[in-house]
Amino acid sequence: MTKFALKGLLGRKLRTALTAFAIVLGVAMVSGTFVLTDSIDKAFDSIFTDVRKGSNVIVSGKAAFDLTDGSGTTPPPFDEQLLRRVRAVDGVRLAEGSVDSETTILVDKKGKAIVGNAPSLGFAIADGESPFNPLTLVEGAWPGAGEVVIDKATAESKDFKVGDTIGVQAEGPVRKMRISGIILFGSVATIGDATLAGFDLPTAQELFNKRGKLDEIAVAAEPGVPDPELLASIEAVLPPQTQARLASEEVASDAEETNQFISGLQIFLLAFGGIALFVGSFVIANSLSITIAQRTRELATIRTLGASRRQVLGSIILEALVIGSVAAIVGLFTGLLLAKGLFRLFDLFGFTLPNQGLLLENRTIVACLVVGILVTLLASLRPAIRATRVPPIAAVREGATLPESRFARFRTVGSLGLTALGFVSFVYGIFGSGLGTKQVLTWMGLGALLIFLGVALFAVRIVRPLAAWLGWPAARLGGAAGTLARDNARRNPQRTASTAAALMIGLALVTLVATLAAGITTTFRSAVDGIFTSDYAITAQNQFSPIPTSVGEAAAKARGIDAISSTRTGEARIFDKTELVTAVEPDTGKVLTVEWTQGSQAVFGQLGADGAFVDDDYAKDHGLRIGSEISVQVPSGNRIVLRVKGIFKPPAGGSPFGRVTFSSATFDREYDSPRNLYTFVQMRGGDAAANTKALKAAVAGFPNAKVQTRDQFVENQMAPINRILIVFYVLLLLSVIVSVFGIVNTLVLTVFERTRELGMLRAVGMTRRQVRRMIRHESVITALIGGVLGIVLGIVIGGLLIARVDFIEFSLPLGQLILIGVLTILVGILAAIFPARRAAKLDPLQALQYE
Amino acid sequence: MENGNSGAVVVAGDVARRYGEGDTAVDALRGVSLEVAKGNLTAVMGPSGSGKSTLMHILAGLDKPTSGTVTVSGTEITTLKDSDLTKLRRRHIGFVFQFFNLLPMLTAEENITLPLSIAGEKPDPEFFRGLIDKVGLADRLHHRPSELSGGQQQRVAIARALVSRPTVLFADEPTGNLDSATGSEILALMRDSVDSYGQTTVMVTHEPRAAAIADRILFLADGLIVRDLPGASQAEVLATLTEIAAA
Repeated sequence: MTKFALKGLLGRKLRTALTAFAIVLGVAMVSGTFVLTDSIDKAFDSIFTDVRKGSNVIVSGKAAFDLTDGSGTTPPPFDEQLLRRVRAVDGVRLAEGSVDSETTILVDKKGKAIVGNAPSLGFAIADGESPFNPLTLVEGAWPGAGEVVIDKATAESKDFKVGDTIGVQAEGPVRKMRISGIILFGSVATIGDATLAGFDLPTAQELFNKRGKLDEIAVAAEPGVPDPELLASIEAVLPPQTQARLASEEVASDAEETNQFISGLQIFLLAFGGIALFVGSFVIANSLSITIAQRTRELATIRTLGASRRQVLGSIILEALVIGSVAAIVGLFTGLLLAKGLFRLFDLFGFTLPNQGLLLENRTIVACLVVGILVTLLASLRPAIRATRVPPIAAVREGATLPESRFARFRTVGSLGLTALGFVSFVYGIFGSGLGTKQVLTWMGLGALLIFLGVALFAVRIVRPLAAWLGWPAARLGGAAGTLARDNARRNPQRTASTAAALMIGLALVTLVATLAAGITTTFRSAVDGIFTSDYAITAQNQFSPIPTSVGEAAAKARGIDAISSTRTGEARIFDKTELVTAVEPDTGKVLTVEWTQGSQAVFGQLGADGAFVDDDYAKDHGLRIGSEISVQVPSGNRIVLRVKGIFKPPAGGSPFGRVTFSSATFDREYDSPRNLYTFVQMRGGDAAANTKALKAAVAGFPNAKVQTRDQFVENQMAPINRILIVFYVLLLLSVIVSVFGIVNTLVLTVFERTRELGMLRAVGMTRRQVRRMIRHESVITALIGGVLGIVLGIVIGGLLIARVDFIEFSLPLGQLILIGVLTILVGILAAIFPARRAAKLDPLQALQYE
Repeated sequence: MENGNSGAVVVAGDVARRYGEGDTAVDALRGVSLEVAKGNLTAVMGPSGSGKSTLMHILAGLDKPTSGTVTVSGTEITTLKDSDLTKLRRRHIGFVFQFFNLLPMLTAEENITLPLSIAGEKPDPEFFRGLIDKVGLADRLHHRPSELSGGQQQRVAIARALVSRPTVLFADEPTGNLDSATGSEILALMRDSVDSYGQTTVMVTHEPRAAAIADRILFLADGLIVRDLPGASQAEVLATLTEIAAA
């Protein structure tokens, strides 16, 4: 019996390969995800370990609460005198102080800032030869006064050599500095697209506005001194607002945020793998069903030879096991390629990830095998059970068909019930109160799964009318071939339905994303449009990095300024939570417009030293009214008490401000190195070429500052959303590809099954071209059925989601829907190429003799 | 085993089979009773639609009668569960089909031993060698069905039916898909298996030439046994058929 199953698979190589391929891509996605995230994880780990190289204890400034990396808010620096006191501590062999900044912009030869989405790192190298230094000098020398060393990747891509002059901009305007050397960071091949700039300590302190101060002291222990002991002795000499931690702890805490990011990325990518596997399971189930239907005689014969139902079941399950294992192994290795592709994909869309070479963990291998085999087995269950119902008498009956399942008559009711249950679960997920994020996602996912299953099962009932309708153009324009194609698509509704259902899932998700995107884009655009009422905006080149306040000051000197106002951002502890706060300048009312429920545009100018405004939700949550006091703790540990002077209602597209907003004057007093997120400018004469020129000239010293007109600013704000959308589309394409294989598979099997019929058609005068056209039309009709179902489902699910989320309004993405329709037709044409060619190649004589 | 009439191995009692319901109902069998004697070759003849195939399907447990009883080797099979019927097939029933029904991906040898491997048994080497010699396939064992002629394929099928030495072998138009020369060879082989192995055989056929090799010939018409001849020549069979058709 084992031989029977295995030889059967070998005898149907093409069919087996096509069936296996359905699961390969899904497994590859799982494998690729694990390989990618493991590789990033390892790269980050070695970065963090390298950074703390040679040190046992790290002394740093201490914020009053945990700050989010990249929020622009950093712990306060401390007096450099501390270094001498640390050096004097017993057990300290070596101690070295440094300063750093995540916004040290390098400027290329054309005067453009070299920035991506990764930080532009600047740091002091007190002593190039010290054991603390994680950098290796590739060329040249360590920096002296007024010199800089830059990383090899930047030097190569921007064509800088030792001895060249490069522009460096930290807190002040650009400074021209001589490149003394080219460096490489630790052992990592790339550290994303971060740029590195190293200076000697005094130069760095000056550049970063930290004269006489340090951010960190790295300490190495005398031999034989245990770390905890050293830590205790150092802690004894520390002043307030500083802390000492073991280097290993520091590494772990550095890694914490990236670990969160990595596991988030992992779940995100695995979800797409899961979708591809779900689609793949449809394809497998369908392919096996067709194969089993075609093998009815064979299965019946072995029944007459004494095979039991269980043996038949076993032989099909064994086939699935083999298919699953082969697919899982192929998928595992395809995943390695996919991981490379994913690195490139993220790179292309501005999320460059650090990479040290791919890592294939045992966990990845196990996960891929388990997932690949399990999904295949599950998908084969229904066809396998169907196979056991082949009656022995089918061995002697020509054209025997399988008896309907006992449950067949419950199918319509059951599938509708399943769909309804899916919607209930989905709606409960998004509207149910008191659910955690995980629960919401679980209910939504489960709901979507049930909806897809239900609709796929129900599709059998609507395939005939849908095919009649969608096949109308084919029948009208395709002549006899078109008419036959339409009839063929309708002749085995079960098969057409399952094939179309696989495509439906992918297209439903594409439509869902398009619908959500349309909602977000429209809403967000109208919000930005409504709030932002000035002529110009100045931001960092990448739109979101905070830039030095000196940019705003420089811009203010431009000729023709009517009003200028910058928005600062930082983190603070309010009502026992770390919140984003913003600070505005008195002229803000002239450049931004919000809707006030309490107060008016004048509030911006009346904030003074202790005024603040909040949004209406926050006010409601904390019972705030005009005059209420809010206690705000800033990172230095200081507490300031603010008084509510206004409450505004943010537009649906989101608030331009943090939870609490106060004056820039207060902000600058309480925060070290304050930075702007935006600077808005109102000019006399509005948006005009002369004004643009004047503004650009004013901030020419800051290459990272981007002057944008109102329209450009709105467009630029949309750019990140659009980039993320493309990543979604690319990843969803994977499941669409799987369903393309489903269609190919069905068509190949169908052509095989209709060999005689095709021979007859050719014998009565159908040309090869007509045969190809017939198969192609059938393919397109099948694809369109999937497309129609998918688009409708996508819009419905998207509509439900949007109904839940306050900040998005529903808007039908007509353009994208037309595109999806075109894509569907292309999918049909593409899928038909190979089967149509096979069908056309059949020799009419041979076709008639078949069997 | 000896060639002789030592008791009935298949017994049918008033078997009726109706297809469909109501106005469109068709009575394929309308009360057939018979006994198949051990070691005998029984031929079932009749024109198309006489019910001969239905009778064989029911005797072999492939189909269930609407009423009546069938026992094979003493076991009442009309009420058996699928799993018991499967076990009965393994021990007591062999099949030879009109279209051979070989599995295309298996070699001749694998096809022949398939019933044994399904039952989890090994062939008795001596018996197997003798069987292969008898069917004349010694040099064809490692060929696949697609590489064999129709006659060779049917020989493989006969060997497959004999390999488990079933109580009764059912042959369904075994020469229906072969030219007359090859058909004669196959008939000779079947006669030989009855004579040398004492293989009880029930053969459905519409060819007088095939029926002429039988020890007993049953003639069916309209779902009833109308004649029961203890062996007859080809000419006698033909005459009987003409007679039935005229009645």
